[in-house]
Amino acid sequence: MSDVSLMVNGKRVSGAAEDRTLLVHFLRENLGLTGTHVGCDTSQCGACVVHVDGKAVKSCTMLAIQASGSTIVTIEGLANGADLHPVQAAFKEHHGLQCGFCTPGMIMTATDMINRHPEGLDEATVRAELEGNICRCTGYHNIVKAILAASKTMSKGKKKAA
Amino acid sequence: MYSVNYHRAASVTDAAKLVKTGDAKLLSGGMTLIPAMKTRLAAPSDLVDLSRIKELQGVKVSGKTVTIGAATTHYDVARDEKLKKACPALAHLASLIGDPAVRHRGTIGGSIANNDPAADYPAAMLALGATIVTNKRQIAADKFFKGLFETSLKDGEIVTAVSFTAPAKAAYEKFRNPASRYAIVGVFVAKGKDGVSVAVTGAGDDGVFRSKEIEAALAKNFAAAALDGVKVPAKNLMTDIHASADYRANLIAVMAKRAVAAANA
Repeated sequence: MSDVSLMVNGKRVSGAAEDRTLLVHFLRENLGLTGTHVGCDTSQCGACVVHVDGKAVKSCTMLAIQASGSTIVTIEGLANGADLHPVQAAFKEHHGLQCGFCTPGMIMTATDMINRHPEGLDEATVRAELEGNICRCTGYHNIVKAILAASKTMSKGKKKAA
Repeated sequence: MYSVNYHRAASVTDAAKLVKTGDAKLLSGGMTLIPAMKTRLAAPSDLVDLSRIKELQGVKVSGKTVTIGAATTHYDVARDEKLKKACPALAHLASLIGDPAVRHRGTIGGSIANNDPAADYPAAMLALGATIVTNKRQIAADKFFKGLFETSLKDGEIVTAVSFTAPAKAAYEKFRNPASRYAIVGVFVAKGKDGVSVAVTGAGDDGVFRSKEIEAALAKNFAAAALDGVKVPAKNLMTDIHASADYRANLIAVMAKRAVAAANA
């Protein structure tokens, strides 16, 4: 057992966990943040994507203790109160989900993708960047649309702020 | 996953001490080791995490010499501006590994120490004539890769960096398995002051290797057309559910052609 200490969605949290505990299980079971899903459990599907120190990471392929000391953002940390994050709003607007199981991971991947491409995104880039996220409802078309729309909204926001 | 004790190394010296604990394994990005532990294919008693050691991170380019710290992630290799100028082929190769989340964690040192027969980096290291630097010695790439998941690393020896001379021209092309996205065949072509070298991953039944037939054809004329009619023997190539040895042999020539065209572009 070790003490795992993290900053999760702006809150400092800590707890004892076995060293073999995966980050996704620590988030779900110790912290009750069940928005992050376990899909394939083999680093392929991306349902478990969270941000660790600002980078999208598959939380089923990282030990909680490896992340200790890091800053984590999960799907629960994106919205500002009742206001959806622009990526969440775009998924809603463009019907970027059917059953919704892959959606938290899709949104965390999309947010990371948009942050890494402040110059904007095109469809080919979005599809290539979604390599590690699988949607079994085959809803990619609208997911891509939602990400392109969110990317536009977010770059406009940045220009205004500047 | 079986129970394990985690240690975070503060330095390479610290890691070298910690790795003597029980049946310890070195952990870098964990993109192979953690899945192997989850399926109980690996069951180390202890893990020594190298990923936070600052001295193992970063890309340095000095003149024609490129040095990449072992704990540098694929993401950081792919986006390094100095490397994109010195050896764009290697930055491009890094951008093709796994997916964005995997590239954020996986490291060059972890990839070469694991020497997966379908990994991308071993082909680059071999074709570039790279030197693998450990905490004990320097090993030439052609002495380092020993077969499927085998290297010349001794127990507890830690890869600290890789180093190579930037080639005049180079490119990497891979044909992916449509499901796993691993290379069915990946070919790295490099033209440097010592001539042309061509290394192949994903295809050899003993891991990464150099293709003499393709090297001989390109030594005379470094052009895609020089490979017209060149036959790669299927002997010693893998046959599995994804592709036969003959199919892989043909793909090697095709990928090499594409790589040469890209290197000349």
